[in-house]
Amino acid sequence: MAVKLPQERIAAQMAAVGYVPDRDLATALWLMDSLSRPLLLEGEAGVGKTEVARALALAHETQLIRLQCYEGLDQSAALYEWNYQRQLLAIKAREGSDANAVEEHIFSQKYLLERPLLAAIRQTKAPVLLIDEVDRADEEFEAFLLELLSDFQVSIPELGTITATTIPRVILTSNGTRELSDALRRRCLYHYVDFPDVDREARIILSRLPGIDAALALQIASMVGLIRKEDLRKTPGVAETLDWAATLAGLDIRHLQDEPEAVHDTMICLIKTAEDKARMTRQVTERLLGKVA
Amino acid sequence: MSALRKTEPDLGESMRAKLAGFAATLRDNGFVVGLAEYRDALTVMSGDSASSPSRFRPALRSLFCSRHSDWTMFDEIFDAFWLRRGMKSATRMSGAPQKAPDGVQAAASGARGLGNQDNADHVQRGEGEDAVEAGETRREGASRAEFIGKTDFRHLTHPDDLAEAHRLAERLALAMRARMTRRMRARPRGQRLDLRRTIHKSIANGGTPMQLVFRKRREKPLRLVVLLDGSGSMSLYSAVFLRFMHGVLDAFREAEAFLFHTRLVHISPALRERDPQRAVERMALMGQGTGGGTRIGDSLATFNRWHAKRCIHSRTCVMIVSDGYDTGPAERLGDEMRALRRRCRRIAWLNPMIGWQDYAPEAAGMKAALPFIDLFAPAHNLESLKALEPYLARI
Repeated sequence: MAVKLPQERIAAQMAAVGYVPDRDLATALWLMDSLSRPLLLEGEAGVGKTEVARALALAHETQLIRLQCYEGLDQSAALYEWNYQRQLLAIKAREGSDANAVEEHIFSQKYLLERPLLAAIRQTKAPVLLIDEVDRADEEFEAFLLELLSDFQVSIPELGTITATTIPRVILTSNGTRELSDALRRRCLYHYVDFPDVDREARIILSRLPGIDAALALQIASMVGLIRKEDLRKTPGVAETLDWAATLAGLDIRHLQDEPEAVHDTMICLIKTAEDKARMTRQVTERLLGKVA
Repeated sequence: MSALRKTEPDLGESMRAKLAGFAATLRDNGFVVGLAEYRDALTVMSGDSASSPSRFRPALRSLFCSRHSDWTMFDEIFDAFWLRRGMKSATRMSGAPQKAPDGVQAAASGARGLGNQDNADHVQRGEGEDAVEAGETRREGASRAEFIGKTDFRHLTHPDDLAEAHRLAERLALAMRARMTRRMRARPRGQRLDLRRTIHKSIANGGTPMQLVFRKRREKPLRLVVLLDGSGSMSLYSAVFLRFMHGVLDAFREAEAFLFHTRLVHISPALRERDPQRAVERMALMGQGTGGGTRIGDSLATFNRWHAKRCIHSRTCVMIVSDGYDTGPAERLGDEMRALRRRCRRIAWLNPMIGWQDYAPEAAGMKAALPFIDLFAPAHNLESLKALEPYLARI
């Protein structure tokens, strides 16, 4: 047997846990490990960006720590926070005792609330840190993140500096609601996640729904591929494909062309807006079905 | 982390030089390739994957790309450099797809196309004069040729006019800013207790929180997105507007500008240039290299598809400056306008021709777009720009 390239090894590991990466992504994941750089994933909604992180954590048999970004996300929600309620209680309970001792006590680990970023650098086994939709966070947060991603240490004024015990594998995703800073982009490896091609999508269906007929999976994948080429407002993602495949399999359909009615009726799994629904008429469905080999 | 990092890059001298050349080519095409990326690339290439271009292509792509436009351009540049596949030199067109719009480029090929190429080069090297002359003469004859790039924006060179445009832009920006601050004060809701600061304040009182600190939600500032028609029929006006937009972008942190003719070009970076003259020149460079004719519908589609998500939020005003003469189908324009309408707060369409006598919006494209427009106003001279101020302040 030929020696496997490292990227092929990763691809195989990922496939084993239910994510079928293409060669480019496998290479990016390999580079991420070998160069210890974060990986920035961009792509349309529904192409499976978040899924990459989940599968990577499974493949490495480690924890997935997720930080969901939103507007106004700040240090206290992302990094750490003191447990103020408990601190107040502790102060009251120790009223009258030595002030220094009280201070020392309430600013100890016991009262520290770990948030995802701090948690990620304090694991014994390097976790996968997913910073989801980083474009939703503010620019200031991005700058702070950049600092953390280069030093992997956090200083807490009352407690001192906490250095990472392990360096997490960091995956950032962005939906492009805001332009990210050049500095952050430069720090990261980049991969643009596209919708999978027919062959890969069929393999994804097969790996997720092992009971399904291989020929049907291929038909579903090519049908979804055709629907994506239609000018829809909301292009169906991979998750929608899987829903639809599960539905069709549940209805015990063997061949898409045999049941155009059922295909059209179950299309609600894929079509998510009224406008798209109006566009995908029965005629359109039948025309597309005709093209499915 | 892995053995790879520690091994000293031991690439052959020729390969090393080639990689450096590739990095330089990418830089010429607007990629951000720093020393760190280059060093990492060397490391990767010295591994087992360096045997053939097709094997290291994905690795280099991950390393050197940093945005979607890079990602789409990369293959073409890679092929040209490593596999020497037909392409003379890649040109940088910020944010726009590399493929020529169907047919147009082909139509301009042949002898005339070659001539144009030469002219474009002249402009790039800054030998403005003869290139401009050539551009001026061509304008009358070949309407489908690319001349926006060669049009010197000399139509508004009178210093008084220039200063006036800038003053106006500043006034406009000020009017909008004043409104923003008033809104913030008028909204007392959305407050939460800030425990961290409250406790900090309570230290002076021996731990009893006497003084409460609250948090306020930040208000989204108003954002302006300008889409400017750069086609031949608008060339006299676009010059004025470019100056105007330069002023607006300068004052607003949240403003974006695009230029469209046969396709859409993102020009905010160029317009952020301090010096207005240089900004307009850079813009002119970005605008060249495309055919004549206006494809408003297609350009809007590109905007909706690739830029709208980033540029538009709930407090965004989109300002389209165009005469509405679309060479594409009118339905397309209508559809895209409908899609745009759903996303943003206001659409203002400034049409220089409204200022003309007896003008009625008869162009098919203009008619299709009208139902989705909140403000349809003239913009043929500086006075009409001034008249916009109260409208925009009310957004």
